[in-house]
Amino acid sequence: MLELSPSEWTAVELSLRIAVVATAWALPFGIAIGWLLARGKFWGKTVLDGIVHLPLVLPPVVTGYLLLIWFGRKGPVGAFLYDHFGIVFAFRWTGAALASGVMGFPLLVRPIRLALETIDRRLEHAAATLGANAVLVFFTVTLPLALPGIIAGVLLCFARALGEFGATITFVSNIPGETQTISAAIYTFLQIPLGDAAAGRLVLVAIVLSLAALIAAEWLGRRATTRFHGE
Amino acid sequence: MIVLAVDVEKQLGALQLAVRFKAAGGATALFGPSGAGKTSVVNMIAGLLTPDRGFITLDDTILFETDKRIDVPPHRRCIGYVFQEGRLFPHFNVRQNLDYGRRMSRRPRDTGEFERIVALLGIAHLLHRRPRMLSGGERQRVAIGRALLMRPRLLLLDEPLASLDAGHKGEILPYLVRLRDEGGIPMVYVSHIAAEVHQIATDVVRLDEGRVTAAGGLELLAGTS
Repeated sequence: MLELSPSEWTAVELSLRIAVVATAWALPFGIAIGWLLARGKFWGKTVLDGIVHLPLVLPPVVTGYLLLIWFGRKGPVGAFLYDHFGIVFAFRWTGAALASGVMGFPLLVRPIRLALETIDRRLEHAAATLGANAVLVFFTVTLPLALPGIIAGVLLCFARALGEFGATITFVSNIPGETQTISAAIYTFLQIPLGDAAAGRLVLVAIVLSLAALIAAEWLGRRATTRFHGE
Repeated sequence: MIVLAVDVEKQLGALQLAVRFKAAGGATALFGPSGAGKTSVVNMIAGLLTPDRGFITLDDTILFETDKRIDVPPHRRCIGYVFQEGRLFPHFNVRQNLDYGRRMSRRPRDTGEFERIVALLGIAHLLHRRPRMLSGGERQRVAIGRALLMRPRLLLLDEPLASLDAGHKGEILPYLVRLRDEGGIPMVYVSHIAAEVHQIATDVVRLDEGRVTAAGGLELLAGTS
């Protein structure tokens, strides 16, 4: 019954690749920004916090349009990246990953920030008296203790990236095999006569993937939490 | 011989802390009621709290001096610190907690030393447990072991028995006395309980409202409870 056509498989495979790449690239930045927001004391922190959360509240089409203006081939950032590194985002799957990463970023940062805020700083002080410099304290104490939050953030970001539609289609359009993710494919199938069956199959896939991500998040998060703090 | 010299001032809320004392080898007690600033003083010795003015020297090393703008960061002071609440790392088991200081200073494993300290503290059967599976007394013994295994030049103990009930106190005290007699590491022992200080300390520094009110031998404990 659930027999996907090659083009539908392509959409599924593309969605997964885009979501994985988007989350993997977003993670180091997410940890850095989460740390700055949790620990930093600097001028403009509220502004940074606002910018990070902007994709959550802006219409996705607006985020996609802003990405198009800045990261398109003629945009200031896009032109720079192409001239110096040969990187192109516009109308490529990499652009879809960028859009998905940006849209998932607030969901990634938030749990990481909360986890960092609740860490007992006294454990970090104990590590310092035992000879660990700031970098070692971060990697041996802070980061492992924030792991439940990091897992939660990664899975939320991944799920968001997997389903992203508005920003992606605005920024990189809807090109089968390049930028046509599950969501975009469903949309396309619904526009053509007799596309309902194909759309229905992809809807099922989307439900299964999202549920799997949720269950994985729940399970991993609980495991990490009980490991440190008991039941 | 003077090992530790402290002369520091710091404004802590309403408390104007101004503490000056010297400690020889053995175990020096910082003795006084809660709120006297004892923990703040050991935090300054460890480098976790920065004095407003003054100096701290350990042997012939200056750890802190305002005039010379010296402030050695805590991770380079080589001072072991046993906290009131143990502060074991919850994501490591006991062995990993004990090994932490050695790993951070990239020293090779010394099995003999490890086994000697594990035996001294009677924690050999706990090595694979996680901190949350330990009793209060076990936790403090591991915390003492962790501080000792970093080979400290000085050991700070901040009310290490405070979180324990009477039975568990009796469980730890003999280890501390052995440590004082066999360890050869000078100790600063913070407590507000005279009986405890009596058993462990060789010298006493009395602290009251941020000032040293007396310094000398165990006779200072007379008349306190």
